[in-house]
Amino acid sequence: MTMETDVNSSSAGTDTAGVAGPVNERSALQRLLTVTVGPIVAAFLLSAIILAMVGVNPLTYYGYILERSLFSGLGLEQTATRMAPLLFLCASLIIAFRAGIWNLGTDGQFLLGAVVSAATAPLLVGVLPGWAVLAVGFALAAFVGAVWSIIPALLKAYQGVNEIITTLMMSFLGVLMASTLVKLVFRDPNTTVPQTRTLPVEDRLPRLFETSISSGLVWGLVAVLLVHLMMTRTSFGLRLRTVGANPAAASHAGLSVPLLTLATFGLSAGFAGLSGASEILGVAGNVRANWNPAYGLMVIPLVFLARFHGVGAIVLVFFYSALLIGSESAARRLGVPQDFTLVLVASLLICLGLGEYIDHHKRKKER
Amino acid sequence: MGGLLTEAFLSSLFTGAIVAAVPMLLAGLGEQMSEKAGVLNIGIEGMMLMGAYMGFLIAFKTDSLWLGFAGGILGGVLTAIVMAILCVRLGLNQIVIGIGLTLGAEGLTALLHHFQFSRTYPRLPAPERLNVPGLTDLPIIGPSLFGRHLIVYLAIAAVVVLALLYRRTNLGMTLRAAGERPAALDVAGGNVLGIRVFAVLFTGAMAGLGGAYLANIGAGLFIPFMTGGAGFIGIVLAMLARGRPLWVLIGSLIFGAALSLTTALQVAGSNIPTDVIQMLPFAAVMLVLVLFGRRAKLPAALGVAYERGAR
Repeated sequence: MTMETDVNSSSAGTDTAGVAGPVNERSALQRLLTVTVGPIVAAFLLSAIILAMVGVNPLTYYGYILERSLFSGLGLEQTATRMAPLLFLCASLIIAFRAGIWNLGTDGQFLLGAVVSAATAPLLVGVLPGWAVLAVGFALAAFVGAVWSIIPALLKAYQGVNEIITTLMMSFLGVLMASTLVKLVFRDPNTTVPQTRTLPVEDRLPRLFETSISSGLVWGLVAVLLVHLMMTRTSFGLRLRTVGANPAAASHAGLSVPLLTLATFGLSAGFAGLSGASEILGVAGNVRANWNPAYGLMVIPLVFLARFHGVGAIVLVFFYSALLIGSESAARRLGVPQDFTLVLVASLLICLGLGEYIDHHKRKKER
Repeated sequence: MGGLLTEAFLSSLFTGAIVAAVPMLLAGLGEQMSEKAGVLNIGIEGMMLMGAYMGFLIAFKTDSLWLGFAGGILGGVLTAIVMAILCVRLGLNQIVIGIGLTLGAEGLTALLHHFQFSRTYPRLPAPERLNVPGLTDLPIIGPSLFGRHLIVYLAIAAVVVLALLYRRTNLGMTLRAAGERPAALDVAGGNVLGIRVFAVLFTGAMAGLGGAYLANIGAGLFIPFMTGGAGFIGIVLAMLARGRPLWVLIGSLIFGAALSLTTALQVAGSNIPTDVIQMLPFAAVMLVLVLFGRRAKLPAALGVAYERGAR
């Protein structure tokens, strides 16, 4: 099966297509409309129809979300804090997608990273200095996340087994494993509900200035930007992208495709593990049994919309984070279950595909 | 764990294996046709969930299991129509749209269920069973093999029908050509997009029926997110079956047994947490993929949209 990390068939080249000269400036704007703004607007409209169908006024709902997450001080701070794990996940997916690997197992990697950091950090408080506790937590999370991708990585690199299925299966396993570990191994003996020990608030990632925003946000931003630079500006990134674009050609060029595939899996899954740690060490402090925010698949459309570009991903994560915060509150206040965000994300994926299709055909006509 | 090998345990293990296998069998058979025709249908999980929801809703409203099954097929086909238009007609990326359909079906069914039933989970009455005099009364295997709902035997019959279809008919050859060499089929006057649309809709129907079975017979109720990866396991079955329906049946029984250990161990009163037991089917899938993944044979044009005259 040929791998296309792209919604239509040719987006590895879209990064460079944007800088073609003054003649194309207007069409660049048009492209932005068809492949970015258009799909977002269409997705919100499509979801509005579904809201109306179940008897919820879409204007009230969207209005409430905006008000709650962007136009209130506390809401904005929550939105900024929630961005951290999503940003780490974007970093994870940007590596994988640019290197032509479908890592659909980020949920399992995220949760195992979260559980391991929640299990170790509280025990290290007082033993190690504060910064070292956090550093160890993050490092272990990255390691465990990466370990969880070893089987799909080896199967893909040396046996050519499709990673879509293997990573999904490992994700189901990882989610159950995380919950098992919380109940059987890392359970806090002092609580009745099964959960890990809690990292005291003062030992978590520091907050920014006088706000409640966790500094995980800063690390998330750094991660996305570093990953972006690594993939676009270093020879290692070029190697990974070459494998992604055409494994056979990469092999002819003397690159070790299996080793680079293993590296892609390790890095991508490692960042997914960091994402879990950022949520625990920054915000939650512990993991309760059966906790699973399932951000993994939801971040995919953002990364596609951003065309695997780090800065674009950051902007989209901000709005997506606002949507999450708003819809969580709307679930309590307006009685619309949070599952509605799944509908919105799905509409976004579908409209995004349609936008690419329209764009693809327009460009074909121009040629 | 002392009474693990009692008759009650074995009986619930066999029964559970078959009940758990049927949805995966139906999904696997459906996915197999899509894959043969060159469409990797990741949206099958969503089709199954839509089938489960619509199948349950209609069975619940009409008190008829058969109308419920029809509703399940309808739900699956409606979802498959979106896939057929976007991925076959327009040639969009099958994985992106597939993930989209799965997420969308998860969200939509949870949303609809919430507004329909709020937080209640009404149950259907227990289904009437086929009763073969003599055979059904056999110990342990009797009730599990001969006391099932008629739909189970129809699913097994579908294995035979599909095997004949793939081997003996022009339709079977056309399906294979669409997956292996779509351009050659096109030149020979075959309708590549038409046959692929047919395959995707068939997948939707089978997955929807599987979902309806899961909800109406397997559980007797609908719970949001209830398919829990059964559709994805269907994809694995289709991948490993190398195009043979019989292998899908064998595979689904193996995974069904792994899944039914969950309930059987609970019946036996073991104190292993459910999370560990629920890992069994996925662990079995991974084990099989590690052992036999290399031998999975997939059509050459799988996952590639066909566009006439493109390179």
